[in-house]
Amino acid sequence: MAPLAPGQILLKTQKTSWNGFSPFGTVGRHDSRKTAVSKQETMPKPHVSHLELFTGFLMVGLFGFGGIAAAIYHVVVERKKWLSAQEYAAVLGLGQVLPGANLVNITAVIGDRFGGLWGAVLSLLGLTLAPVLILVALATLYDQFATNPDVIAGTKAAAAGAAGLIFGTGYKLGKTILDNRWSLVFATLSFVSIGLLRWPLLGTLAVLAPIAVAFSFWRGRHEG
Amino acid sequence: MKDDILWQLGFAFFFTAIISVGGISTMIPEIHRQIVETRGWMTNEQFATAFAISQVAPGPNILMMTMMGWRIAGWAGLTVATLATIIPTSIIALMAGRAEERIEHARWYAMTKRALPPLVVGLICASALITAQAAITDWLGVVLAAGVALFMATTRSNPLVPLSVAVVIGIVAARIGYF
Repeated sequence: MAPLAPGQILLKTQKTSWNGFSPFGTVGRHDSRKTAVSKQETMPKPHVSHLELFTGFLMVGLFGFGGIAAAIYHVVVERKKWLSAQEYAAVLGLGQVLPGANLVNITAVIGDRFGGLWGAVLSLLGLTLAPVLILVALATLYDQFATNPDVIAGTKAAAAGAAGLIFGTGYKLGKTILDNRWSLVFATLSFVSIGLLRWPLLGTLAVLAPIAVAFSFWRGRHEG
Repeated sequence: MKDDILWQLGFAFFFTAIISVGGISTMIPEIHRQIVETRGWMTNEQFATAFAISQVAPGPNILMMTMMGWRIAGWAGLTVATLATIIPTSIIALMAGRAEERIEHARWYAMTKRALPPLVVGLICASALITAQAAITDWLGVVLAAGVALFMATTRSNPLVPLSVAVVIGIVAARIGYF
């Protein structure tokens, strides 16, 4: 998995037989890589095979206890060096404004970047397959012992703790994000609508998101 | 009849994933509304237990949705729920990823990036509230949830650490007949 010498990369990408599976080809991606390399001092894009994508994300799934945020960074940036920290931050930022699960979105984007459509499919499979089976095994095991008093007590405690986890995450995120009065107002509005009034998410976001974006435009103009 | 459930299930999960922003925490209130409040496929207690089990297993938090699908309609439900949650949003992400260079320099992207996070914080707190209401039935639960929340807010630890401690405390408390 050592990064290839810069000269090798173009050749390697073009020759890879696996890329034959990608209906979108590699032409567009060559251009974007060139600009990305010339724009910043990041290392050249390494060649990553479909198998490596699959096993890499398999590792993310298996090591990702308590969420995969740390595991995905460890594998993609630190261990395999597929992306630099800056490139990862850019992809993460994109994943956060898109609908769906952020880290699953990122997995699809990274898989596609290195292996086209099939790279994305295999990365997603690698990420989810083993954890799904472990989850079903765990739930089946739970069902066997669901009447055991220790299991009942432990599960109740885990469920309460899991709610605490989300509170803790919300607090941590809020501390860095809610840095002015207006962000606090928007956070409160979405909390009241969803948490207290139990209004549907679609209606809430359809109203609040455009207002928040428009407001952000307006503030951007007034702050110069 | 069974096919009918699967269609409804698939649509509920697809709909929840496609309208959510900011990740799995923001999906919890909507999927809870859909499968517990509106359709009654699960009780509050089953929802809380399924969520807890999915938190203990390794892998992406999105597996919470997988777990719900499995509980509602077995292996078929598992498959439908997982695919409906992951595939459509991944396709959108994949297309956005290919346009990343263009998107990154667009003005609306910078504005959206600045506008959404406060809404997401509110949604995460709403998730926490809904999960707490489903999971907490006694004072020990309140104490454990508060303890885990405090631990998560003040340290950079892996979530499984406070969760394991909570489980041990819960079992010990039940054994000594405290609750």
